[in-house]
Amino acid sequence: MGRKLLTEHVNVEGIETFAVYRKHGGYRAVEKALKMTPEEVVEEVKKSGLRGRGGAGFPTGLKWSFLAKPEGVPRYLVCNADESEPGTFKDRFLMSKLPHLLIEGMIAGSYALGARTSYIYIRGELLYVLRILEKAIAEAYAAGFLGENILGSGYSLDLHVHPGGGAYICGEETALLESLEGKRGNPRNKPPFPAVQGLYARPTVVNNVESIATVVPILNMGGDEYAKIGVGKSTGTKLFSACGHLNKPGIYELELGVPVEEFIYSDEYCGGIWKGRELKAVVAGGSSVPILPKELILKTAAGEPRLMTYESLSDGGFVTGTMLGSGGFIAMDETTCIVKNTWNFSRFYHHESCGQCSPCREGTGWMEKVLHRLEHGHGSMHDIDLVVSVAKQIEGNTICPLGEAAAWPVAAAVRHFRDEFEWHVTHPKEATQPGAVYRGNMVLA
Amino acid sequence: MAKITFDGIEVEVPDGTTILNAARKIGGGIVPPAMCYYTPLKGSGGKCRACLVRVAAGSAKDPRPMPKLVASCITTVQDGMVVENTTSQQVMDVRKGIVEMLLINHPLDCPVCDQAGECDLQNFAYEHGVSTTRYEEERRTFDKIDIGPYVQLHMTRCILCYRCVYTADQLTDARVHGVLGRGDASEIGTYIENTISNDFSGNVIDVCPVGALTDKTFRFKQRVWFTKPVNAHRECGHEKCSGHVTLWYKGQDVLRVTARKDEYGEVKEWICNECRFEKKETSDWVIEGPAHIDRSSVISANHYELPVINPQVIADLPESTVRELERNPPLKLGGMSGSM
Repeated sequence: MGRKLLTEHVNVEGIETFAVYRKHGGYRAVEKALKMTPEEVVEEVKKSGLRGRGGAGFPTGLKWSFLAKPEGVPRYLVCNADESEPGTFKDRFLMSKLPHLLIEGMIAGSYALGARTSYIYIRGELLYVLRILEKAIAEAYAAGFLGENILGSGYSLDLHVHPGGGAYICGEETALLESLEGKRGNPRNKPPFPAVQGLYARPTVVNNVESIATVVPILNMGGDEYAKIGVGKSTGTKLFSACGHLNKPGIYELELGVPVEEFIYSDEYCGGIWKGRELKAVVAGGSSVPILPKELILKTAAGEPRLMTYESLSDGGFVTGTMLGSGGFIAMDETTCIVKNTWNFSRFYHHESCGQCSPCREGTGWMEKVLHRLEHGHGSMHDIDLVVSVAKQIEGNTICPLGEAAAWPVAAAVRHFRDEFEWHVTHPKEATQPGAVYRGNMVLA
Repeated sequence: MAKITFDGIEVEVPDGTTILNAARKIGGGIVPPAMCYYTPLKGSGGKCRACLVRVAAGSAKDPRPMPKLVASCITTVQDGMVVENTTSQQVMDVRKGIVEMLLINHPLDCPVCDQAGECDLQNFAYEHGVSTTRYEEERRTFDKIDIGPYVQLHMTRCILCYRCVYTADQLTDARVHGVLGRGDASEIGTYIENTISNDFSGNVIDVCPVGALTDKTFRFKQRVWFTKPVNAHRECGHEKCSGHVTLWYKGQDVLRVTARKDEYGEVKEWICNECRFEKKETSDWVIEGPAHIDRSSVISANHYELPVINPQVIADLPESTVRELERNPPLKLGGMSGSM
């Protein structure tokens, strides 16, 4: 089993309290960071090769170095804790079990960026996590790690937790900033990017919970040392939330580079598919990434074993590959109806589209309706092409990535499971029986 | 200053100009359509995606193409930028898709819509759309709400351009309407059945690109292409009101008063509700002369302005047409005073 950098002490009794967390080496990263210059901290993160854990995988250190630093203007670090991608639940776990890890990362990150006020924007439904964080923040204030003149270094920081209203779109960074400002959570037009004009039109960095928490082990062990873990440009460890038809679903911290096959079938991790069934398909990084059938998730098109890394999962582009995304790993067994699942995903995106730009507002609803038709046996062959065409009309033409998030799973499902969609058209009676599943596309072991 | 190439035509514009405005400087058929962008309204644009263009080269310094199509109304030019609009098949295809998206839930009730003939969506669909639909589902409808005595709201026709929201934000003190709901259930509305009663509320009618917000005092009176636009002005006591309007005549009657629009349908001088809704007698106004309508093809097809304002153009007209016009002048404005 690989090293655990984030969740090493997660099962220690009382780790959510300041005293226990401190006893297990907590807040050493802050002490270390405050003795460095902010630029050195940024450099350390750059060296680590840490890539954003929220989904896009943009190098965190690079993002930090892009932050505009005009004289006399406040800057902000905002933590994106609006985790609402179906299949992803790693940040919720991290925050509820290890609130101080996030706070420690926030202090170190804010120091590196020169932010005097920082925000954690948390999803509205996670009210209990909000309370845990607030309690932990109060403890950190009492211990002198937050507030005026932290540890006598002359650096001061205020940290606030702000709950959202539970809209998926507020996980998009500019919609998040709008919401944080108290406005309707609509994504902004870019440019200007948040690094230049973010929160309250000030330079702002928005990072995922896990990205910020990972800064702590990076500072503790040094960026170079961290970069040695993993494969190629996928460095370090990453949390995966495995769910679906697995024997042991849950949160796993992996050193990037574990083969997908090992992750699914090894007893150390997910322990195989439940009830002794066959794996049918996997959505590897949260509902918005392309779905892959068994043969393509275990091996790339070239026959190489697929690894849990940014590069390996996206090998083959969207034709035969997918994305690592947020790490929401959804496994589906042979009894899963892909058409129904695709309809279900598109229903989610239809519900969550903000309605600002026309392709996404109209297109997500349209896709949902056509998929509903197909799933319920009223579709035609023409509908299968129609839904792909609508997805194509949305993709790349919207203000924010929600359009793509809605279009990708639909296009990928038809790409890899077209025969199953066609079966729904040619056999409407069988397809609408409860529990009916098309098995013609199953690759049996 | 930045020099850009738009559809093969070079144009030089000040730094910070948007691609759309650079294209408008060139003018003509290469100008991308805009359904939500409105120059006088700060923050507008980027929503309808009708004006998407391809940037084939980002700038002289960094000549890489931009990975996605960009909204020309909000993307500023860089020196050396190369933009493709009508010359790019990709852009044309995407634009066709945008028309389709805007129309799938539009009621297409043009025959009973007061906006018909001067509707941006009609023009956009006519230029870029297809004549059939792939949409089989029921179209979206909304509960009707009454937003006051002057402005009629038809939410089913709305394309959510947000222009009226920006107008209310930037022109009036307290905005009482906005976008409620999310996704395709979003609607323009006043929270808890409020009435829009501001002195400048009528301007939302002019900025609306479709028939979602129309003039209740003009409702069902006449098709716009049967009315004759005449520019006029009056001394308006309201400090923010320019008093410069277009009167829309049918015979001797002023059926409607609007602010003056430029060739892209944009209002540069706002007018107050008193000028718009209460002053419907010729005697209220100082007539300047027929208004020239550039873009709304159905209206301008009649060329009402020719015999009156532009005598030198008459020379180019066939003899028979001139005679016809003299015998039967399209404008019969008795006692026209103060013409310019």
